[in-house]
Amino acid sequence: MKIPITVNGRTVEAEPGEMLLAPIRRAGYSVPTLCYGEGMTPTGACRLCVVEIEGRSGLATSCATPAEAGMEVLTHSPRAVEARRTIVELLLARHPDDCLYCARHGFCRLQDLAEDLGIRRRRFPADPLPTRLDISSPAIARDPAKCILCGKCVRVCEEIQGVAAIDFSGRGSETRIAAAFDEGMNISSCVYCGQCVRACPTGALAEQDSTGRVLEALQDPELTVVVQHAPSISVTLGEEFGLPAGKDVDGLLAAALRRLGFDRVFDTSFSADLTIMEESSELVRRLETGGPLPLLTSCSPGWIKFVEEFHPRFIPHLSTCKSPQQMLGAVIKTHFAKLAGIVPGKIFSVAIMPCTAKKFEAARPEMAREGLPDIDAVLTTREIARMIRMGGIDLARLEPEESDPPFGERTTAGKIFGAGGGVMEAALRNAHYLLTGSPPERLELKEIRGPAGIKEAEVEIAGRKLRVAAVSGTGNARRVLEEMEAGLRELDFIEVMTCPGGCVNGGGQPYTADPETIRKRVRALYRLDRSGERRVSRENRSIQRLYREFLGEPLSEKSHRLLHTAYSPRDVTK
Amino acid sequence: MKVKTGPEKIIPILAAYPEAGRDSLIPLLQDVQEAEGYLSREAVVAVGRHLGLPAGKVYGVATFYNQFRFSPRGRYHIQVCRGTACHVRGSGTLLGRLERELKIAAGETGRDGLFSLEVVSCIGACGLAPVISVNGEYHGHLTGDDIPALLEDYRNRETDEDD
Repeated sequence: MKIPITVNGRTVEAEPGEMLLAPIRRAGYSVPTLCYGEGMTPTGACRLCVVEIEGRSGLATSCATPAEAGMEVLTHSPRAVEARRTIVELLLARHPDDCLYCARHGFCRLQDLAEDLGIRRRRFPADPLPTRLDISSPAIARDPAKCILCGKCVRVCEEIQGVAAIDFSGRGSETRIAAAFDEGMNISSCVYCGQCVRACPTGALAEQDSTGRVLEALQDPELTVVVQHAPSISVTLGEEFGLPAGKDVDGLLAAALRRLGFDRVFDTSFSADLTIMEESSELVRRLETGGPLPLLTSCSPGWIKFVEEFHPRFIPHLSTCKSPQQMLGAVIKTHFAKLAGIVPGKIFSVAIMPCTAKKFEAARPEMAREGLPDIDAVLTTREIARMIRMGGIDLARLEPEESDPPFGERTTAGKIFGAGGGVMEAALRNAHYLLTGSPPERLELKEIRGPAGIKEAEVEIAGRKLRVAAVSGTGNARRVLEEMEAGLRELDFIEVMTCPGGCVNGGGQPYTADPETIRKRVRALYRLDRSGERRVSRENRSIQRLYREFLGEPLSEKSHRLLHTAYSPRDVTK
Repeated sequence: MKVKTGPEKIIPILAAYPEAGRDSLIPLLQDVQEAEGYLSREAVVAVGRHLGLPAGKVYGVATFYNQFRFSPRGRYHIQVCRGTACHVRGSGTLLGRLERELKIAAGETGRDGLFSLEVVSCIGACGLAPVISVNGEYHGHLTGDDIPALLEDYRNRETDEDD
C-alpha cells in the first residue's frame, strides 16, 4: 500500500514506513541534511531537514518522521528556512573560523550550507570550542573543535563497520565524540578505515597529512623518490579534476607523477599480481595439506587490525601474504635498489592509496627491515590530487605515459583488486591454473561482483568444490565470522575488504561519492578487465621475470622473508 | 556463565548478572562503583566485555551521568552543592576557587590522593547555601575566601593523624 502525501502541493507516494525525506527528494526538492546518512539509523540530530507539516505546531525532521497518508508537507516555507538558517548560524557560533586553513576547505557541508542559506554576518557572538587535536594515530587526525556532533562517524563506525571505536561522551554542552577514556585514536580499537572521515560533514576528521614529507623528499637531491599507485586510483582520481566518474586516468596519473618529480612510477597492480602468485599458492598448499581453512585474504590493513583485535582466533586463517603495497615496498628496497645501484636508505618510497589504514600499515614494525621501513609515506587519493593541483599540473591536458619497469606491468587480474570481490576472482583464476595447468574457462565470477556486502559462490576446480565468499565492510565480516563460529556457514576462501564495496569506496577516496559514483568506478575496473590482454596474474611477464631473476618461486624462502608477514592479537583497551 | 577476566573485586559483581544485556549496563556500573569507589579503566573494559559492548560505548554512557567517577576518591571527598539555592548564593564561585586551590577539576582526584572534588545537585541543606560537604561534614554560608583556610584545616588533620 503506497502512502499518498503532498510535498509543496504536489502529490507523491511514499512507501510504508518510509521517512519523509525520501519522497521529498523524489518529488524533486532538496532538503539539506548534515546528520543523515544512507543506510544508517536516522537520528534527527542536526535538525536541518526540518519541514512544516500542515496541522502540526512544531517543525518535523523529515529524515526521522515516517510518512502518513494525507500529510501536507512544506519544505521551504519561510518558517522552515528560517529555522535552518538559525541552526547553521548557531553551529557557526561554536565553530572555529579557520576555513582557509582547514583540510576540508571546499568540501565542507557546513560551509556549503552557510553559502546556500546566504549567511553573511555573525548574529551570535563567536564562542568557538577549544582545539584539542588528536594526531596520535598514524592514519586519522581528529579536531573535536570542528565537530558539530551530528554523530555520523559514530554510526558509520558502529553500524556499518562494527568497530565502535568512538561514541558520544559527556552530556549537554560538554558532549563530545571520544574514544574510550578520552584517549588518543592510537590506542583505541579504531581500524583506521577512514569511513568516518568520508562521512564527516566538516573538518573534524581528516587523514594524517603526508604531503609535507613527500614534498620534502622530492626536494632532496640525495634521495631517489619512487611512487606506486594502487589499482583503484586511476578510476577515481579523475573526479578530483572534473572528469566523469569511472574515467580511467592511468596514463595521465603516471605523467602527472613524473612532472611532480617522482623518479620512478610503479604500479601497485603489478604487486597485486605478485600477491596473487603468493596467495593462490598458499591457498593451494592449504587445500592440499588440510588447512587452516577458510583462508582469509590479507590485503586490507583495517581488516587485519580488526581480526587482531576482535577475532584473534582467526589469525591462523589469515593469509601470511603482505598487501600489494608492502610487497612492492619490499622488492623496491631490495631488488630494485640492487638493479638501479642505489643504497636502500637513499630510496624514499611513496604509495598512493585509496586508504587511510595504509598509513598505519606502512608504520607497522613488521613492515621494516634493518630499521628501514619498506614504505616511507602513504598518500590518499585526496592528498595526491592536492599535490597535483599544487604543482600546477593540468591533469586532463597531459599526454598519457606508462609506468616504469621493472614494476610497471600488470594484468587486469591485479587491476580488479580495486573492486570488492576482485581479489577473490584474481586468486581463483591463478589457483585454477596451479591446480589444473590452465586458466578457468569462465574467467568472470559474476556471483561475487556487485555492491552486496556478502557474496558467496561455489566454484569447481580440478574436481574439488570450493565455497568462496567476498565480504566488504568489517561489520559484514564480523557477521560472517560469527556465523562460521556458530557453524552456520562453511567456506574455504574468503576475501575481506575493510570498506563497503572495496577500495573504490576507500576512506582515502574523493569526498564526493554517492552510490552511483561508486558503481561507475567498479564498472570501469571490470571494463578494463573485459578488454584486458592478460587476465591471469601468472601471465604478467614482469612477474615471471621477478621470480626468475630474484625470488625463485612462490612461497620460496626469499618470498617468505620479503613478501610474507605474521600477525598477533592486540588488546587495545588495556 | 560467561564471566571472563577482570579486576578480582568485580568478578563476583559480573557473576551476579549472568547472560545480561545492554540494559544491565547502568546497574552494573553502579555496583562496580559501590565496590571499588570509582570506575577503573579495567572495570569499564571488563563490564563492556561482559555485556558485549565496546569500551567506548560504556565510557560514553558512564560519562553522561554525574554519579560515575573515573578516579578513586581522595582521603577527603568534597561535594560542592550546585542546587538552585546554592547557585544563586554563589556556589559557582566556590567551585571555581576549589578547583584553583586544589589544581583539579570537578570529578578529579589530586595526585597526592588527599582531596577529590565532585559536583552534586542538591544535598538538602538549602538553609546553609552555599554549602559544601567534606566526607559528610557540612560547611555552610561559605565564600571563596573561606576556602584556603578550610582546606588547610583538613591538611593539618592529615598530619595530626599521621603523628
